[in-house]
Amino acid sequence: MAVQTPAYGTMIPQPTEFSPQERTEALEEILTERGLVTSQVLDGLIKTYEQDVGPMNGAKVVAKAWVDPEFHARLLADGTAACAELGYKGTQGEHIIALENSATVHNVVVCTLCSCYPWPLLGLPPSWYKNPAYRARVVREPRTVLAEFGLELGPDVEIRVHDSTSEVRYLVVPERPAGTEKLSEEQLAGLVTRDAMVGIEKVAAGRRR
Amino acid sequence: MDGIHDLGGTQFMGPVEQPERNGPTFHHPWEGRIFAIGALSQTRLSGANLDSFRFAIDRTPPVEYLGLPYYNKWLRMAETLLTESGVIAPGAIDARVRKRRGEKVEEPPVPELNKPDYKPTAGGSLRQIDKKPKFSVGQRVRTIDSHTSRHTRLPRYVRRRVGTVTMVQPAHVLPDTHSVFLGENIQHVYKVEFDSTELWGQEAEKFAMNLDLYEDYLEAA
Repeated sequence: MAVQTPAYGTMIPQPTEFSPQERTEALEEILTERGLVTSQVLDGLIKTYEQDVGPMNGAKVVAKAWVDPEFHARLLADGTAACAELGYKGTQGEHIIALENSATVHNVVVCTLCSCYPWPLLGLPPSWYKNPAYRARVVREPRTVLAEFGLELGPDVEIRVHDSTSEVRYLVVPERPAGTEKLSEEQLAGLVTRDAMVGIEKVAAGRRR
Repeated sequence: MDGIHDLGGTQFMGPVEQPERNGPTFHHPWEGRIFAIGALSQTRLSGANLDSFRFAIDRTPPVEYLGLPYYNKWLRMAETLLTESGVIAPGAIDARVRKRRGEKVEEPPVPELNKPDYKPTAGGSLRQIDKKPKFSVGQRVRTIDSHTSRHTRLPRYVRRRVGTVTMVQPAHVLPDTHSVFLGENIQHVYKVEFDSTELWGQEAEKFAMNLDLYEDYLEAA
């Protein structure tokens, strides 16, 4: 009996009684035994996103912008090119725009339709960013949502929310904290958190990562 | 499509999830496995593209979509793309689970490949076009009244609303058609700023809402 393949864009996945873990193991077995994937290729992809790509990349960009006024200007004028100078480009970072936070302007990024995120700069998105409550609420009550994360913004601070609805990806450049004038670029990068580069917290002068 | 994935503005969702600091990229080994399988399924194995990947995630059954674990959505996406492209048969994954559990089960035969007849004109989603942008920075625009059953990047909360173009972004392929292989439909994309009160009424928190919207989603206001 020939197998019926659903037309593109029509399949609706059926309920299942099995766990995602068991089903993933089954799918990997099917694809491996047919030679369509190999364990080594999968391991390589996993290792890349576990070890090589993550918020330390974005933190280097931010720290450089804090200490180097020319890089700062290039980053704000053409985020894609400035990040590429440091080697950060590619998948989920085709076009990068840097958004600068200040004492009076606060930018925060979301993807209400899925979980678009600047992978080359920040790695894979954290759980809170993919959580339905954040995606639903930050475009409607950002001040309340930020306060829930512990970030209380004064009434004079203008909030700008950015919904990642195209392939443009956003990097928030947080404010450099006071009292960090003597730190090196590398030490500064150690202060910059993932969550500050999405816009749900500020960078503190004391290391807390 | 007006699906469960289109969450912007939904109320009574409960508190946000507090961030984990220094958490692992994947919390269980299977999450890493399905991330990697999913990444390969999207293009290399199924012949689909990034927009079909998102359309497949949009179609995760709603109860599963809102629930955990997150990477179940990647599993459902891989299952959908691999099934639609004829790489695996419908029901093949559950049949294999039963077999691995030692149940007597007949697995469905491998179907005929049904990869889409599609070749991208370049890598990624950004493209060059000669056509002049229809809208300019500072111009007032209104979003269209979309009722499509296909994938779209015009969220519900911003349909039929008036905003201001603040930036002309690089041209992109249009996800609506690209996701189902009906053409790249390369077009300009605009950053559009909406006043929060235009979206949520006069009592809303005051802030500026920005979205990157495709030319087809907009008309002059």
